[in-house]
Amino acid sequence: MSKEKKDTVIDKSIKRKHKLQAKGVKVFYNDFMAIKGIDMNIRANKVTAFIGPSGCGKSTFLRLFDRMNDYVDGFRMEGEILIDGENIYKKKVNVEQLRKQVGMVFQKPNPFPKSIFENVAYGLKIQGIKDKKFLQEKVVASLKQVALWDEVKDDLHKSALALSGGQQQRLCIARALAVEPSIILMDEPTSALDPLSTAKIEELIYELKEKYTIVIVTHNMQQAGRVSDYTAFFYLGELIEYDKSKKLFTNPEKQQTENYITGRFG
Amino acid sequence: MISLDQHREGLNQTGLEMLHLCAKQLENAREAFFNHDNDLAEEVLHTENRVNALDLKIDRDCERFIALHNPVASDLRFVLALRKINFDLERIGDHAFGISKYIIEVNTPIEERLLEKMRVKEMFEETLSMLEDITDAYNEVDTKVARKVFKKDKVLNQINMQSFGIISAEVKKDPKLIDQFMLLFSVIKKLERIGDLITNIAEEIIFYREAEVLKHQKKKKVRRSED
Repeated sequence: MSKEKKDTVIDKSIKRKHKLQAKGVKVFYNDFMAIKGIDMNIRANKVTAFIGPSGCGKSTFLRLFDRMNDYVDGFRMEGEILIDGENIYKKKVNVEQLRKQVGMVFQKPNPFPKSIFENVAYGLKIQGIKDKKFLQEKVVASLKQVALWDEVKDDLHKSALALSGGQQQRLCIARALAVEPSIILMDEPTSALDPLSTAKIEELIYELKEKYTIVIVTHNMQQAGRVSDYTAFFYLGELIEYDKSKKLFTNPEKQQTENYITGRFG
Repeated sequence: MISLDQHREGLNQTGLEMLHLCAKQLENAREAFFNHDNDLAEEVLHTENRVNALDLKIDRDCERFIALHNPVASDLRFVLALRKINFDLERIGDHAFGISKYIIEVNTPIEERLLEKMRVKEMFEETLSMLEDITDAYNEVDTKVARKVFKKDKVLNQINMQSFGIISAEVKKDPKLIDQFMLLFSVIKKLERIGDLITNIAEEIIFYREAEVLKHQKKKKVRRSED
């Protein structure tokens, strides 16, 4: 996709208040109902945090937005998931195209056993882009975006596996950004990192929201409070409370939320 | 390891201890004032050390509570409110200390008719009753008792406002009364300040219980919340 065309897509998304929407979503793994009917609107260019105890369905719900649950045995979904108003579970949807729009960052940094350069250029190359100058520019821009450029500019052809955990995670974010998505999903992106690397990623998340819609799953309450504009609390497959983070962490409406965020259950 | 609940309960109890101690200081200052009891006034001066020590302990414990437990929601409101309540109580302790110091330094019995005229007894009664209300409110989930003090504070403000005119007129009539009136005026000012501090404490209790901020609100709104 040309840059010009992509920009039009991003502009379109900025105009829309709700980038992601869930309508009456239920998820089943065989007979087990993991998500019990969730309606939710996620705002464009904001950071939304999903919190809740293990097994509450927050990661399952997150993975619906890039159709990553499709390959899980026994997975079945009811309801609709919309990106920019389009149902992404319609039969005609091209999942590869969808994933260009939705970047994913996982709990454990997962760079490919390739050079730093190749990791970032990978997504573009599999899209068929061969223009070396373009690739070079994209890699540099993406590494700069995640504040990794100064640390790796002299070793771009070194193995990505030689980087520290925090650097690897920023590299994975750069890899996701290189293909110019408009949404970034993060599943506990800092749980394997030390406090300094965590702070860098959090700063990055804050900066990225200008251009991207970010959804982050985290077990760290303080992190959710710090980086997100909105927070959704999930429990036993249900969305219990969804509000501005400022409100949810100071004066939640529901007692269940209060009990969870104050560490009294879960 | 101390759990969040244990730590919080410990802080709650120390806060209550501070509340009782400061109320007792004011009660003793009142007794010393009306009975010209210099010994009791001295006792208030000595006890100020305990008030200060408890103030420092609460500050330190609040800091540790925040650092160790990263409190949020009602836990966070609790510790924020307690820090401010503690600050206000310490100031109330200071005012009780100040009144007792005047008693010793001025060492002049005040004529009964002047006390009546200036409504000083009523002021003391009102402040002590407000302290009782916030002591009850401190442990109550319902904030109704806390809201009672807003009305009582208005009585204190009214007495304070009238005092200047009364003193001015009386001193013009009999300049020899100046010493007694100076003492009375100072005590009235302190009691009026204590009323404001107790009102602040009530606001903090409401903030902690209901997440409602009453600070700096127009009187109209406060009045509505009293109903």
